[in-house]
Amino acid sequence: MNIVIVGHVDHGKSTVIGRLLADTNALPSGKLESVKERCKRESKEFEYAFLLDALHDEQDQGITIDSARCFFKSAKRDYIIIDAPGHIEFLKNMISGAARAEAALLVIDAKEGIQENSKRHAYMLSMLGIDQVAVVVNKMDLVDYSKEVFEKIKSDYTDFLKDIGIEARTFIPVSALKGDNIVSERGELGWFSGGNVLEVLDSFSKEKEDEEKPFRMPVQGVYKFTSKGDSRRIIAGRVESGKVKVGDKVIFLPSHKKSEISSIESFNTGEKKEAFAGECTGVTLKEQVYVNRGDVMCVEDEKLPFVSTLLKANIFWMGKAPMSMEKKYKLKLGTKDIPVKLKEINSVLDASNLESSKRETIERHEVAECLLECQNEIAYDLSKDIESTGRFVIVDDYNIAGGGIVSDTIEDEQAKVREQVFLRDERWYESGVDFRERALRYGQRPKTILITGPSGVDKKKIARSLERLLFERGRKVYYLVIGNLLRGLDADIGKENREEHIRRMGEVAHILMEAGLMVVQTASDLSAEELRSLQTIVDKRDIFVVDVGGNLNDGIVDLSISGEDSVEVNVMKIMDMLKFKNVMFDY
Amino acid sequence: MDRLDALEAQSVYIFREAFANFKNLVMLWSIGKDSTVLLWLARKAFFGHVPFPLVHVDTGFKIPEMIRYRDEMALKWGLNMVVGQNKEALGEKKTFPDGKINRIECCKLLKTQALRNTLSGEWTRYRMDHNKRKYVEDSNKEPYTGVIVGVRSDEEGSRSKERYFSPRDKENEWDIAGQPPELWNQFNTDFKPGTHIRIHPLLDWTELDIWRYIERENIPTVSLYYDQGEGKRYRSLGCYPCTSPVESTAKNVREIIVELESGKFKNIAERSGREQDKEDGGGLEILRRDGYM
Repeated sequence: MNIVIVGHVDHGKSTVIGRLLADTNALPSGKLESVKERCKRESKEFEYAFLLDALHDEQDQGITIDSARCFFKSAKRDYIIIDAPGHIEFLKNMISGAARAEAALLVIDAKEGIQENSKRHAYMLSMLGIDQVAVVVNKMDLVDYSKEVFEKIKSDYTDFLKDIGIEARTFIPVSALKGDNIVSERGELGWFSGGNVLEVLDSFSKEKEDEEKPFRMPVQGVYKFTSKGDSRRIIAGRVESGKVKVGDKVIFLPSHKKSEISSIESFNTGEKKEAFAGECTGVTLKEQVYVNRGDVMCVEDEKLPFVSTLLKANIFWMGKAPMSMEKKYKLKLGTKDIPVKLKEINSVLDASNLESSKRETIERHEVAECLLECQNEIAYDLSKDIESTGRFVIVDDYNIAGGGIVSDTIEDEQAKVREQVFLRDERWYESGVDFRERALRYGQRPKTILITGPSGVDKKKIARSLERLLFERGRKVYYLVIGNLLRGLDADIGKENREEHIRRMGEVAHILMEAGLMVVQTASDLSAEELRSLQTIVDKRDIFVVDVGGNLNDGIVDLSISGEDSVEVNVMKIMDMLKFKNVMFDY
Repeated sequence: MDRLDALEAQSVYIFREAFANFKNLVMLWSIGKDSTVLLWLARKAFFGHVPFPLVHVDTGFKIPEMIRYRDEMALKWGLNMVVGQNKEALGEKKTFPDGKINRIECCKLLKTQALRNTLSGEWTRYRMDHNKRKYVEDSNKEPYTGVIVGVRSDEEGSRSKERYFSPRDKENEWDIAGQPPELWNQFNTDFKPGTHIRIHPLLDWTELDIWRYIERENIPTVSLYYDQGEGKRYRSLGCYPCTSPVESTAKNVREIIVELESGKFKNIAERSGREQDKEDGGGLEILRRDGYM
């Protein structure tokens, strides 16, 4: 079992661990003696903490800079104990250590009482989702083993913990230095009737796997090892919750592709028919659908994750530079990586006193409630429902700089369109001519080339020349002019209903592509939201966005060209892109 | 899930994340029990295949059986085996066994330096040609940016501070205090040009876990780990001039597990037979900061 020890700097975490190791006989022989010898040589008083300080520079500073792991065992089980640094500078290391733990010991110095990091660390434990917590009131020898001091800390701290939603299992008075109440000796603490530290650890339960929850498997990869004579196409991932079996109907989100489990794959085991929460597994599908790393495989008739570009979250920030609304970050949730922006900060919380304030940035070591916007839609859960698909990290430049838990689902502007598209695809009557047959016959993949940019730039000319050139080269292509829809297909809706015009334009393009055609479209001043709607309607892999002299953000545009260049130059640039994207088979 | 299942799942997860994120991924295989379990876990992760090269740094002083075993497995399992060596130091006999330098210096030249230059592609790499059944010069000179290593946190103090994904800078240096955080199985997979990331799928395993897993999965290991009737066996394998066996009559995997469970070695460090650890008070740590595995 993984246990983390947290608490304010100098409250004696390492000493508690040193004692646990020494008193459970977990130290290699001679280790204790050699550390004692060293202390003598450097004429400083021996401390159990020195046992853990395996690294030189750490000994010099006398503080734990990173979470170190030690092993010991009780009569009941094996433990890995993670010593998390108490110094504020190393909060990120404390979090790295604590995130791996199933239970926590929170150490408080009886003499110094509750300090800033006693609170901050407790808050972090609650965000990390660790709910088995025991509070160790250390250095009781410095307060004459006073029951009153212990009871005061217990009552004050219990109130604080209640505010942040943690219920401590128990409070244990100890003196790690003297060894009182750690493993056996009660020493001067005879008045205390509860268990000692080791007994309390033994009372914690192993984390339960989330087998009863809805099935979630974020896809780690799609493997084909055909060059090694293996024809299986395996969708690999870890079952984060629930279970799945051969024959189950599955759906991949956010793409909504559906299939059925054909087999459960594994190496050097007997044949498997099922996979359960916690297992890293792989499946083959009955019908091959397009699956990407980052998609979440779910079981169709269970509760599905929410799909949106927006999510509300509590974030704790560990980056050197503050998190700001101007900068672009990367969000990692499950196995999905996606560009993300901080859209709104509702409040920033000082975790050491729970005071909140309204601000424009999130500084290092702060916790904030905020709204995030991803570049494309993702599938996620609320962290209280399913932890592993309800939490994420934020990458700033090259490093993980923040962690967050999803507190609420937020619908984005595409929600309605997405819903419509799901229904459309679900009932779509497949043509008797397979799309692959059509593509082979026509020698092209059906795609939409959407030319957009500010009004005033001559997009139509580019579109006409492009259509002509593709046609001359034997392509099946059609320039769909939105103006032609206005007086026909769109005659029943008002001019001001731009959203519906765009939706219909997308649907027409979708049908033309079903027929195997390449579609050229033009539209002025499309916003990022409108582009996303179009991408939802026709599938974003099938639409190439060409921005003429505009300034749409880079993530959504496939090709930017200048309005100053000649039509011929611009058309050739588009042709190069089509070639690069392998749209035409014999080009 | 039992402990071995949980450890296996975590290691497999790490392997797949590494594979998804690094184009130039490589795994170090020292032929020892840990990295052989690591190799087995790679086959678990990729359903019997190993979709990246394995690198072995041959110091020239490895116990011959280790090299035989390496090549036998490489051929049998179809491994993309790559070998690197410090030819210059060996040619000039700048080694500890030749009496010219001390143990730490020798490790630095034959292991650390050879490894660094093999990973960066600056020195010649030799690749197993499965048709010719021998090593040929490797034409690929690209640096490896993701390096999978079989270190365990219970082995030795400095290893207990590793992350699963640990960035190393241009000089291979490990900035322990400045390591980015790692949580909820989200790893640091982005790296600055010129730097690389070390990946540690075995971090949570103990020596006993390794042997229990070898038994459960029936993984082939070199015979040096077992007593051949002389009352001695190797507990940790390295170069023969600097590695000594321990007193033991364990003749097979089961007997090793019983031996470890009995607590016989509880008070003796696993690497106690590795002489370089003992030099200068913190030999291994000094070596590791410099890029030793």
